[in-house]
Amino acid sequence: MALRYEEAIARYEPSLGLEVHVELATVSKMFCGCNTVFGAAANTQTCPVCLGLPGALPVANAKAIEYTIAIGLALNCSVAPFSRFARKNYFYPDMPKNFQTSQYDEPICTNGYLDITIDTDEGSKDFRIEIERVHMEEDTGKSLHMGGATGRIHGADYSLLDYNRAGIPLVEIVTKVIDGTGRHAPEVARAYVSELRDILRALGVSDVKMEQGSLRCDANVSLRPIGSEKLGTRSETKNVNSLKSVERAIRGEIIRHAELLNSNQRVIQETRHFHEDTGLTTSGRSKEQAEDYRYFPEPDLVPIAPSKEMIEKIAATLPEKPSVRRKKLQEAWQAPDKEMAAMINADVLDLVEATVKLGADPTRARSWWLGEIARIANERSVAASDLAISAADVAEIVALIVKGELTDKLARQVVEALINGEGRVGQIIQSRGIKVVSDDSSLMAAIERAIAAAPDVAEKVRGGNIPASGALIGAVMKESKGQADAAKVRDLLLKHLGQG
Amino acid sequence: MIRKSAAEMAKSLASGEITSVELTRAHLDQISRVDSQVNAFLHIDREGALEQAEQVDAKRRAGERLSLLAGVPLALKDVLVQKGIPTTCGSKMLEGWRPPYDSTVVRRLRENGIVILGKTNMDEFAMGSSTENSAYGPTRNPWDLTRIPGGSSGGSFAAIASFQAPFAIGTDTGGSIRQPAAVTATVGVKPTYGAVSRYGLVAFSSSLDQAGPCARTVLDAAYLHEAIAGHDPLDSTSINAPVPAVVAAAKDGNVGGMKIGVIKELQGDGYQPGVLRLFNESLEILASLGADIVEVSCKYFDYALAAYYLIAPSECSSNLARFDAMRYGIRRGEGSAEEVMNATRQIGFGREVKRRIILGTYALSSGYYDAYYGSAQKVRTLISRDFESAFKLADVLVSPTAPTTAFKIGEKANDPIAMYLNDIATIPTNLAGIGGMSLPSGLAFEDGLPAGFQIMAPAMKDDLMYKAGAALEAELVFKWQGPILNLAPKLGAR
Repeated sequence: MALRYEEAIARYEPSLGLEVHVELATVSKMFCGCNTVFGAAANTQTCPVCLGLPGALPVANAKAIEYTIAIGLALNCSVAPFSRFARKNYFYPDMPKNFQTSQYDEPICTNGYLDITIDTDEGSKDFRIEIERVHMEEDTGKSLHMGGATGRIHGADYSLLDYNRAGIPLVEIVTKVIDGTGRHAPEVARAYVSELRDILRALGVSDVKMEQGSLRCDANVSLRPIGSEKLGTRSETKNVNSLKSVERAIRGEIIRHAELLNSNQRVIQETRHFHEDTGLTTSGRSKEQAEDYRYFPEPDLVPIAPSKEMIEKIAATLPEKPSVRRKKLQEAWQAPDKEMAAMINADVLDLVEATVKLGADPTRARSWWLGEIARIANERSVAASDLAISAADVAEIVALIVKGELTDKLARQVVEALINGEGRVGQIIQSRGIKVVSDDSSLMAAIERAIAAAPDVAEKVRGGNIPASGALIGAVMKESKGQADAAKVRDLLLKHLGQG
Repeated sequence: MIRKSAAEMAKSLASGEITSVELTRAHLDQISRVDSQVNAFLHIDREGALEQAEQVDAKRRAGERLSLLAGVPLALKDVLVQKGIPTTCGSKMLEGWRPPYDSTVVRRLRENGIVILGKTNMDEFAMGSSTENSAYGPTRNPWDLTRIPGGSSGGSFAAIASFQAPFAIGTDTGGSIRQPAAVTATVGVKPTYGAVSRYGLVAFSSSLDQAGPCARTVLDAAYLHEAIAGHDPLDSTSINAPVPAVVAAAKDGNVGGMKIGVIKELQGDGYQPGVLRLFNESLEILASLGADIVEVSCKYFDYALAAYYLIAPSECSSNLARFDAMRYGIRRGEGSAEEVMNATRQIGFGREVKRRIILGTYALSSGYYDAYYGSAQKVRTLISRDFESAFKLADVLVSPTAPTTAFKIGEKANDPIAMYLNDIATIPTNLAGIGGMSLPSGLAFEDGLPAGFQIMAPAMKDDLMYKAGAALEAELVFKWQGPILNLAPKLGAR
């Protein structure tokens, strides 16, 4: 019988540690000039350097260093005046040099924090997440294990290697132990990753797409009995590919740990893999015998020594903090808390802002992004931002509605057509023959035809039976093929029959 | 013609007295004649060399302005990659591998129109002092075919000492250019670390490796030095500063008023008396030319060898991890990737390479790092400071290059410590990253074999050692009544 989360949390205090890997959106790789575009044919974005060919040497990407400093500054870290790359040595076929160029005891940024807020039943709660370090490293290639049932290395017939990802600049952001979150641990973790993602996006340093792996989170979880001081044994869950999964994975691990502890079993220090489908984790490799990575300073690269001026220059270009910006937007739009939270959750804040900037009324703008568009995105399991509809499209549609050239119903058709790739707004309206019939005289003619066709119904309406007008309105709408503005038809009809 | 210096060959090419094709062919003929005895080359690129030569000749005929060394042939140590040409580093591991790119050194050689004859033999991955650690058999010393030519650049030096090439490229991590120069009576220069790009130099120990010229005269070395040195954006440890005017310094060859520091710690016990006598004779010559000879002490040099044998193996254990059969080189064994890696590394690497990988892996292990790698780095700093203090007292520092003349092939093969001691005088410069040169000091009285005189200069003051070296060389050549290699036995077809 599975333990309930509430029971687990009543006995144990969870501690978290979050490691977030971010792929930087630089044009070229960390240590060579290769392209970084996602999704290219296997091994087409490689060179002697990122393939680790004998004799090839790395040269650090200056843009990646700037981006990392910007991230550190945005997370309130101190930037080291002198830091070095280090080699992390281990053998794996998708790592061309059999060492990863990373940073070890001399990271570029240390000791920062990030403030987050979560919504709870007792109102909103603030937490400060302390950041241990922000450091740079290179990504590995990808192994594709072929044959076998699981796609995992065990049982595979052979493996294919793609080195396009090898050498993509990564930044690792590591928190200190996150304590004192109690039952909110999963939401705190989610809010942290979400806030971090917003900051990284605002900085423009990464496209932060969790589903494509450009932002990845490893979650360390441990439990200790409430009142106890000593941290419990932790597990490290990898492969957590969405905000929702961060929350689910941690919640699941808390329950799993509690079950083990309740039955006097040991929690094994290990890596675990999260599975989106089941929401559960399975055991990966045990870390009981800590692997010895034999770190040492990378002799092929010179130390990083950013000047004070360089750091100040980067600091001066930092964008507004997302939390400050959100507050400003909320005030300007007069959006209720719930809707604000919904926009953040659906990740459409930027889109709504852009739509408003293009002249749309804030209420209409957010109701489109949170309503019809969010519905379609949900239906297709993609992010709203990935749909073929832009802020400019929505602004154009809103403008047409305000001018009375589109009704809400027609606008929904246009939105759907846009998303289906039928062209731009104007083209869709033309090709689909969408037109609001608002010309009073042609509407009146249609109303008169409807009355003539059903004089008995008209008589009822004249007699005060307003609901009976539905049949007449329906007939007019049918004649206009749905393009007439139903509210207007109703007005004109009732007026005509002496009820307006 | 093949016994002339590279500078003289360049002149003959410029005057039209000889074509590059003729010159290249003459060297290819000499290779055919003698290399079956010397085993200096691992790969001879006959067609490629003649093609390059033909191109230079065509340009010259067309009246194009060419670089000074255009059309002069050269031998390239097999540790530097040349596009499409087999590069083995003397290891079975890379048998058959043809690199898809040029090293920066090769690119510069091409830009200068220098004709690359082929790739020379070396200790496997540049680990050794005798060229016995090559998977393709030892190279023999042209002075005595039963003896070693030094190492690890033994193939390059044996080639130039037997007139198979007028000059060559070597690399020096702990003495691999200077020690073979000493035992073959030739000139070898390890430039300041960062002076010559390491891009395309298959790494042994990244913080110590440096490519440099191997030649028969100081001036030839200077010409080659200027051709290959200079900043390279592809190597972040490459120095972004003008190359010192080494050719001008070699032409100047004046030591009047120069302070020359003799390092107390690099003589005495362990040095062959004949080697020391030649060293002292050279000092007397320099003094007679107006140099001011002073004694300096570098007390941490006693720890240099130990520090070197922690740092170099540590870096090599990581640098050589990439040889895993996954992407290039040989592949042995079957089963999982791990099993294949294991089997391949077992078969692909020789004993000395394995010894150093194991040493380095151990030195970097958690729990041992501070005591070994950490302490070695501290020693390295102390040695740099020793040099700094010494250079306050002297413009250049000198010592015998190697403690002995060439030993017999096989003599030290089973005694790694004795082998390592060969580099006792050359290792400190690598640890400090400064430049060092070896030039012939004469033949030792005990065995009639060549010994070397080492000159060290502060970082990026490589010109000073060329200046002093050229001055000493001129006097010695006069004393010998010609180049010392005239005294070497003539090799011919057996």
